Amino acid sequence: MPMPRHASITLTVNGEPVDAAFAPYKTLLEVLREDLHLCGTKHGCELGECGACAVLLDGQPVLSCLVLGLECEGRIVTTVEGLASDGRLHPLQETFADLGAAQCGYCTPGFLVTAKALLDETPHPTREQIKEALSGNLCRCTGYQQIFEAVEAAIEGSAESLALRPTTATPQAANVARAFQASDPSDQQ
Amino acid sequence: MNIIGKPRRRVDARAKVTGQTIFADDLMLPRMVHCKLLRSPLPHARVLSIDASRALAQPGVYLVLTGGDVPIPYGILPVSQDEHALAIDRVRFVGDPVAAVVARDELTAFAALDLVDVRYEPLHTFAAPEDSLTRDEPRIHEYGDRGNVHKMVSLNFGDVDRALGEADRVFDDTFFYQGNTHLPIEQHAAVAAVDPDGKLVLWSSTQTPHYVHRALAKALAMPAAHIRVIATPNGGGFGGKSDPFNHEVVIAKAALLLDRPVKICLTREEVFYCHRGRHPVLMRFRTGVTRDGTITGMHVQTLLDGGAYGSYGVASTFYTGALQTVTYHIPSYRFQGCRVFTNKPPCGPKRGHGTPQSRFGQEIQLDKIAESLAIDPAELRLRIVERPDTLTANYLRVGTIGLAECVRRVTKSADWNNRFRKMPVGRGLGLACSSYLSGAGLPIYWNDMPHSGVQLKLDRSGGVTAFCGATEIGQGSDDVLVACVAEVLGIEPIDIRAVTGDTDLTPVDLGSYSSRVTLMMGNAAIQAAERARDQLAAAVSRKLSIPAERLVFAERRVFDSADPTVGMSFAEAVCLAEARFGTIGTTGSYTPPQSAARFKGGGVGPSPTYSYTASVVEVVVDPSTGWVEIPRVWIAHDIGRALNPVLVRGQVEGSVYMAIGEALMEEQTFRRLPPRLSQALVHKFPSMLEYKSPTTMDMPEVFTELVEHPDPRGPFGAKEVGQGPLLPIMPAIANAVYDAVGVRIDEVPITPEKILKALDAKAAGRLPRVGPGSFPNISWPAPLDVPPPWEGGDGTARKLEKGSEKVKA
Repeated sequence: MPMPRHASITLTVNGEPVDAAFAPYKTLLEVLREDLHLCGTKHGCELGECGACAVLLDGQPVLSCLVLGLECEGRIVTTVEGLASDGRLHPLQETFADLGAAQCGYCTPGFLVTAKALLDETPHPTREQIKEALSGNLCRCTGYQQIFEAVEAAIEGSAESLALRPTTATPQAANVARAFQASDPSDQQ
Repeated sequence: MNIIGKPRRRVDARAKVTGQTIFADDLMLPRMVHCKLLRSPLPHARVLSIDASRALAQPGVYLVLTGGDVPIPYGILPVSQDEHALAIDRVRFVGDPVAAVVARDELTAFAALDLVDVRYEPLHTFAAPEDSLTRDEPRIHEYGDRGNVHKMVSLNFGDVDRALGEADRVFDDTFFYQGNTHLPIEQHAAVAAVDPDGKLVLWSSTQTPHYVHRALAKALAMPAAHIRVIATPNGGGFGGKSDPFNHEVVIAKAALLLDRPVKICLTREEVFYCHRGRHPVLMRFRTGVTRDGTITGMHVQTLLDGGAYGSYGVASTFYTGALQTVTYHIPSYRFQGCRVFTNKPPCGPKRGHGTPQSRFGQEIQLDKIAESLAIDPAELRLRIVERPDTLTANYLRVGTIGLAECVRRVTKSADWNNRFRKMPVGRGLGLACSSYLSGAGLPIYWNDMPHSGVQLKLDRSGGVTAFCGATEIGQGSDDVLVACVAEVLGIEPIDIRAVTGDTDLTPVDLGSYSSRVTLMMGNAAIQAAERARDQLAAAVSRKLSIPAERLVFAERRVFDSADPTVGMSFAEAVCLAEARFGTIGTTGSYTPPQSAARFKGGGVGPSPTYSYTASVVEVVVDPSTGWVEIPRVWIAHDIGRALNPVLVRGQVEGSVYMAIGEALMEEQTFRRLPPRLSQALVHKFPSMLEYKSPTTMDMPEVFTELVEHPDPRGPFGAKEVGQGPLLPIMPAIANAVYDAVGVRIDEVPITPEKILKALDAKAAGRLPRVGPGSFPNISWPAPLDVPPPWEGGDGTARKLEKGSEKVKA
């Protein structure tokens, strides 16, 4: 078969500008894992059902197995590797770790970024709002309850720092923050 | 206790929340190539020829393997060595691997699969176990008890016929438990490579690296010492990664031939076809009781649809009849089980291995018995609960039993007495109980060696490394290992590095199955740590002139209990010991106590100790749609002692979750393709979209209570928690549905259609029940007759009389 030619795009991944060259049929998931070596994002079902591949695209959770890499020119991607900043874990990472929200850990990156998007938009969600926001992420280990509790603990425990830290900690993060403000959620799917 | 029993962040949590855990598919090695398997499109056929020339001609295709390249059979059980890495001359289910393509990338390999030309001659498809029971030819395998019957078991303990004859009432019920699958979020993946000194390395998402190691040595005819198997952290296992798999053998062979790393990652569809999940089981329970609910005898029959290969099936068959006796006192007991081959993906062990099916039947039947005798179901169970420290009719040695307390706790929390049978139509409560092994008492292959080994390395840095073959599948085995060592040595978990699941580096642990790791590895870890502590204590004792017995290991110090200011740091103590004794390394090992069961077949069921669980489930059933909602679940689990309550709760709630999926929606079922296609027997829902599993929106509130009476056989008193809490949920849901709308659904999944059908029957004055009508007439072999302990038995079987009579079902 003919060797597919590579497409080149520039995007921002976890606060850093990145040039990526990849076969044009690749999904964002494949670009992240295979071309950018960001293996924290997982694949589980290949059809957008399990949520293991969730990342933030311009601040909104998307299933990276359903997004073409080519669609990401100039856009801002946040993966699980981009949640910690200044050598400190994101409050959600702290509470997930402390409260048993990660067992095997395979679905965890998808849950974390989806929960981050929820808290960025709705700083004080109810249990029902948390359930609904995470309903596209499947976990076979926990029974979800400790995940709900971890999200709730991240609200209660560090509401202020959660709102401030990821957007002001580094110049790159500040760019992300600007991008978040600039992007209109209605532009996204 | 400084660490044990305290809620703690697990040792591998940081890696998991930062995405740093390296799963098998995250491994990328230089020069790595990719493998895809060509799988059979037919459920049962002879392979007439395979022509790979067109595939091999493709640029970027480096290798095509077929059955002849890896001809030696293997299998998880010594009695079922019936698998080949690639089909030799026969395919036995849609999905059976036929050829392997290795290419420069996954896409090239995938595209080349279409260019491997295979000619098949179709054979009769066995779709239903009843067909396999009656039709002996063609045989799916050339071994087994007869025709397409893989295994028949017939065991008798005491005079069951007399017990049933003398009972006030005999209840005779049939149940069906549909098969379902593990659905780990991580698909199976593996990488094989030849290491710099020419030996083979396999990284794989396996729960049982030791057994994979053995299977590779056999299938590749290589010395085991030249093979290294590394279990990568599993992205969920639940039993589905406990067999040695075709793809592991195939890529190992390919790596050896190409001298390049070879990776494979199964697609989600392939995972559904690999299966090894819950057996569909048809079962019949005949139980005799007196008016007060005392069980006089029980006769259990099971028919298992095993699918196309043996897998763990012989053990699964025994497990459908092994643990009935450990919850309630059953003075006489007969078990007859039969596993047949069919042309479907092989069934094997899923969480609870063989016991959820029969527990479902047993606990629903008890609910029916309680109602007939006008005894509250909780009260009935409290009357008949087995006594601690006894030997059951089938020679299982029961240790501590917290079941009565579990029942009291959940009924109190659920306000059972005020709500059961007293709520408005559509709302119901159901109760069920269960028990599970804390580790299988016997290994999979016969040997006298320990089931788990731990080595510790201590050096002058004060750091400790703990080596163990146990496998982290998400349950927290690394955390248990570290916690046990840290507790004994008085240091913190962060001071210890866990090296696990690596057959080169770590002593053998049999693997993460049968809820064995905490108990067996934990005891081995404690022994190794105590031996290290003794060496340190001897050195410190001499230096400080304090008797060793007075020394305390805590807070990273070794000090005098009489005067805590006199002592030294843990690191200093290690230096003293290293100076005195040389390099500090200790070992610990664990072998289960000898089983009391000395009859053939008595190897399945014994365990060092058993966990117990009781649960009350609340349901809301909409009589107009049949839709079931579960708002609340109360569950109490007799854990002995919770080593890390955060992890224990996670296992309990995860079990409840998985059980709700099995009870209400999950099913691994098959359909025929239409005649214009091949009529092949294919999976109905081989995707995560169509195979329904519970989401966040389906999950009830779970109230978990732990009953902690330390069991002397467990590490710091701990028993299992990974599987037991799943068992009572399915029957509790069925019992709750009955309380809500008065219909019996004697099979899973309990779907809205079945509830509506039963409600229709009820409205029409017919039996308000959906479930199997009868159990097939199987000509069982004469039972092995083992007198129970109270009839003077010693655990051996009576000699069989010649011309063994057939027992009628």
